[in-house]
Amino acid sequence: MAEMSGADIFVQCLVDLGVEVVFGYPGGAVLPIYDALYNHPTIKHVLVRHEQGATHMAEGYARSTGKPGVVLVTSGPGATNAITGITDALMDSIPMVVFTGQVATHLIGSDAFQEADTVGLTRHCSKHNYLVKSPGKLGQVIHEAFHIATSGRPGPVVIDIPKDVQVATARYEKPDLSTHVSYRPQVKAEPDTIAQAVDMIAKAQRPIFYTGGGVINAGPEASALLRELAELTGAPVTSTLMGLGAFPASSEQWLGMLGMHGTYEANLAMNKADLIIAVGARFDDRVTGRLDAFAPASKKIHIDIDRSSINKTVPVDLPIVADAGSALADMIAQWKAAGHKAADLEEWWARIAGWRARNSLAYAEEGTEIMPQRAIADLFKATKGKDAIITTEVGQHQMWAAQHYHFDAPNKWLTSGGLGTMGYGFPAAIGAQMGNPDSLVVCVAGDASIQMNIQELGTATQYRLPVKIFILNNEYMGMVRQWQELTYESRYSESYSDSLPDFVQLAQAYGWTGIRIEGPQELEAGIRQMIETPGPVLVDCRVAKLTNCFPMIPSGAAHTEMLLDPSQVSGTMADEAKALV
Amino acid sequence: MHIAEETSERHVLSITVTNEAGILAKIAGLFTARGYNIESLTVADISDDHQVSRITIVTNGPPRVIDQIIAQLDRLVPVHKVADLTEDGPFVERELALVKVAGKGEHRIEALRLADIFRAKVVDTTTESFIFELTGPSDKIDTFVGLMRELGLVEVGRTGIVGMVRGKD
Ligand SMILES: Cc1ncc(C[n+]2csc(CCOP(=O)(O)OP(=O)(O)O)c2C)c(N)n1
Repeated sequence: MAEMSGADIFVQCLVDLGVEVVFGYPGGAVLPIYDALYNHPTIKHVLVRHEQGATHMAEGYARSTGKPGVVLVTSGPGATNAITGITDALMDSIPMVVFTGQVATHLIGSDAFQEADTVGLTRHCSKHNYLVKSPGKLGQVIHEAFHIATSGRPGPVVIDIPKDVQVATARYEKPDLSTHVSYRPQVKAEPDTIAQAVDMIAKAQRPIFYTGGGVINAGPEASALLRELAELTGAPVTSTLMGLGAFPASSEQWLGMLGMHGTYEANLAMNKADLIIAVGARFDDRVTGRLDAFAPASKKIHIDIDRSSINKTVPVDLPIVADAGSALADMIAQWKAAGHKAADLEEWWARIAGWRARNSLAYAEEGTEIMPQRAIADLFKATKGKDAIITTEVGQHQMWAAQHYHFDAPNKWLTSGGLGTMGYGFPAAIGAQMGNPDSLVVCVAGDASIQMNIQELGTATQYRLPVKIFILNNEYMGMVRQWQELTYESRYSESYSDSLPDFVQLAQAYGWTGIRIEGPQELEAGIRQMIETPGPVLVDCRVAKLTNCFPMIPSGAAHTEMLLDPSQVSGTMADEAKALV
Repeated sequence: MHIAEETSERHVLSITVTNEAGILAKIAGLFTARGYNIESLTVADISDDHQVSRITIVTNGPPRVIDQIIAQLDRLVPVHKVADLTEDGPFVERELALVKVAGKGEHRIEALRLADIFRAKVVDTTTESFIFELTGPSDKIDTFVGLMRELGLVEVGRTGIVGMVRGKD
């Protein structure tokens, strides 16, 4: 077989791996690769406006399609700009492979132009990373990287390729990846743990499923299995922010999201449960609140593909290291084989009904302003049945979207949960639209967050992507302002969004349609216009400026200390609470 | 407000890894990034083909942190196996030290006599100094160094420990 340049090996690997889209930005250290990609017949390159945008696009693409996202950037500033997205993908377990150019091997370590120690910089924010020093190794590394990014607990893998390695030649053959010397994630649970788990569920009087992004990562079958197991057992289901959509919100067994801005019934049910079945969720501090008061009377089963997530913050009674889908399938089989019937949970459901009756997501609507919750509720109404993909930025609008938009299927809800990255939502929507050209994709944004990657308006224009941006414009970094109201007696230090652009004109300048919604009477029609207008549309929806997001469990408080409405806010907090994020 | 502290246990971890560039930084960095302690760390190639290294880390922390450290190490791609010798034990641990002592007269004689008791070897001599080589568990070396401090200790070099579970497996 003839030798190929490193750049051609790169391209051939992507073809062999079935890669259809690359999000990237060129520069000196990746010119050979860009030349090899020139006019490529099957690989589409999306030229972004900032490398952070490329990483979030890849995340959005991955989360909405289940396929790994691919990023290509240059050395130095290209690589450093990508770091936020790499970290975001690590925190939220998103499969992604990031290629960075590097200075030629003989220049490494000499502070050459646009040299950065990319492998050093990404060591702790990637699942794995490589510096490839010879073209002969490139094929093996690229195939292995895709395997690592997409298997086990998914995550970002970085491959740093010096420029001379892109130019030099070697033979390439599709490598055999059947056995890796050290990387062998455990997918299947130990059978006796499954039997124990099923036994515990059958005996429980107050069970609850607490599910997370791991169910989504395990593929749509896992979501179907979750639904089946929930139906078999009759137990209620709640989910983390990352897990929304894995269980249908239209089900009677759905309690809504749990945690800091979760529903009263979800958090109270967690608090009073006698058995928590955690599936692909990691007992994050946003979920548990004060640890020593978290679900005190419950036994806990924890199913996770990453053993380090188990017993990290909350000690559990039955750890099960496995893929969520595989474990759920095994549990269903075991439940049926053991001849279990759903236990009588009538009393449990009666208590839950009591908590539900508090109607914790209710909000007062008076006056002439649009309540942000109403805007989301109307967006949900208008897009229902359209199978829309919703992405969000970070802040109050994100929490309102999680609370008031209801998902019945996985891979439709894309948000930055672990890292909480403002600037995620809009590029993620572009990536999702690339992967789902016929879907309605809406980014719910805040006036501050949207400005973090607003330059990507040009990217959507260039590729004719009909993305919709729905800004809940409250002229504040609302979530920051809310915390200042709760903790610092409403001293709004630097949380006002001063000098906002005219978003409508800005959109128009990029060739988008811009729509402004100013009052409740315009809301429905404005949303309809957004959906019906072909091509990309930005909506500047002016909402009540000082609304806060409730319910809320303040940092470091117990689930039972939930604030349900503004009247419960005191404006100050103990230092211990102030010290928590 | 004050920051509370938890009580710790000492554990010796033996980690086999693929011998690739950056592996040491990866392991050491994991400890700093997650706020774990390293008391000592040793590393050397242990395979014929130079593909595998063994890293021995002495760490301390509350039991749940030790469990986390092991789980975190275990999920790194180049890590083959993490053994907690303290948990798997009983095990042998050894460390090598070079101890330079300078002095004349009684001090010099006393240093030599103590070295003999500790089975330390003299590896360098001048009329006014010795370098002793000593292997043993860390506390033995601590004791020896403590004694030498009174007799003219100049400097100490220690390797950090390596360890192995006793018995045939
Ligand atoms: C990159 C980044 N910087 C800072 C923050 C901290 N932060 C969290 S929410 C928020 C305000 C977001 O404001 P906006 O986008 O207007 O949304 P709102 O809360 O008003 O809905 C800030 C600054 C963050 N999450 N990400």
